[in-house]
Amino acid sequence: MAEYKLRTPLTDKDMEQLRVGDVVKLTGTIYTARDAAHKRLIDLLDQGKELPFDLQGSVIYYVGPSPAPPGRPIGAAGPTTSYRMDTYAPRLHGLGLKASVGKGKRNDAVKTALKEHKAVYFGATGGAGALLSQCIKAAQVIAFDDLGPEAIRELTVEEFPLLVINDCHGGELYAQPDLAAVGLR
Amino acid sequence: MRTIQANDVVDAVAKLCIDANRYLPQDVRDCFARCESLEDSPAAKEIFRQLKENYELAENSGLPLCQDTGLAVFFVEMGQDVRIEGMTPREAIDEGVRKGYAEGYLRKSACHPLTRANTKDNTPAVVHLDIVHGDKLKISMMAKGGGSENMSRVTMLSPAQGWEGIRKFVLERVAEAGPNPCPPTVVGIGIGGTFERSALLAKQAMLRKLGDVNPDPELDKLEKELLADLCNLGIGPMGLGGKTTCLDVKIRMEPCHIASLPLAVNIQCHSARHKEVVL
Repeated sequence: MAEYKLRTPLTDKDMEQLRVGDVVKLTGTIYTARDAAHKRLIDLLDQGKELPFDLQGSVIYYVGPSPAPPGRPIGAAGPTTSYRMDTYAPRLHGLGLKASVGKGKRNDAVKTALKEHKAVYFGATGGAGALLSQCIKAAQVIAFDDLGPEAIRELTVEEFPLLVINDCHGGELYAQPDLAAVGLR
Repeated sequence: MRTIQANDVVDAVAKLCIDANRYLPQDVRDCFARCESLEDSPAAKEIFRQLKENYELAENSGLPLCQDTGLAVFFVEMGQDVRIEGMTPREAIDEGVRKGYAEGYLRKSACHPLTRANTKDNTPAVVHLDIVHGDKLKISMMAKGGGSENMSRVTMLSPAQGWEGIRKFVLERVAEAGPNPCPPTVVGIGIGGTFERSALLAKQAMLRKLGDVNPDPELDKLEKELLADLCNLGIGPMGLGGKTTCLDVKIRMEPCHIASLPLAVNIQCHSARHKEVVL
């Protein structure tokens, strides 16, 4: 398991070197989007309209941050559970999305899309929202302000600590539950 | 009859919401430390290290522990010799939630189920009200996150399935949830009552402190056995493998219909945020 420092936008070369279990410290610009924002992004694509940010080499963080207290760019900002975005992720990867950041399992369609489009799925520590917010240096809403915590934000991150959960070679880091150990298989 | 002013309830509830979201209870911190010492895997140890750093930072910075500050769930025990002047208990609690979630910079996560339009103030709160003896008002608050709640299930087993059926259902649900609900989790189990009552029992069970002893020795034994089994699944902190899949199992049981065996499994993430106040 290696540690890499990467900067956005991400490239095919960046992604090909990564293997499950590698730690990545990511610096640059990333975008927040979760359930309702994803639905709207897909609606825009269906209508042939432009997206609020450039997908090429981009990273989407599945997060709905808490409001920023005075003097801070953002509130707590840890990952939300990713499977709810599985419906939308393959299409976005096809259009240049290089990585998503969340927690929890992805479905087969997403794993296939990661291989096809040289992309990865990163995990961040769920529930460590206060800690993760420390590497977010700036945040501004760039679309769908009416969605409140679900609005799309452009974040400037510095050394955001990520773990490669699914790489573009078909690997997956999560432990398989040992059903035999409890007499279920 | 004792009278409590509605504003006092509002202020107390607002404080509960803020404090529950900022300060991880001591029993949960102690449980993290205990479980970390049992882990061999560097990944599991690293997750516990981050969770400790996170709760210390939340305590010192005023940031909430997690961006998901939850739907606000309340269990209220209201003495029959007390009245709230100016509002009903629900109105006072909702007003307290509005205040607490605004003043504490907490995320408003309540929305219309179909349009998904946010209610913008995290109301309505979920309130379970019980009338008890006395002239006190006890309010317990849980900040319940969506990721773990989504992994919870209710089922109606057949009476013949008994404890073995219960055990199998719980193990399968936790295995299926895997890394999704932010393990290590707390698993609340409601057995008996009716369909809806079992779900309430499961959630109420989780008001107990981690590492405590169930007052019913039979249930205490089952809780401990099930906790060991759940940890043997090897899902580990954040699903990265390890010995701590669950922090604790809490069971509440009530009689049920002769034809039924209702069972509810309520999953709580590691950030087991709860707080209570007595007025």
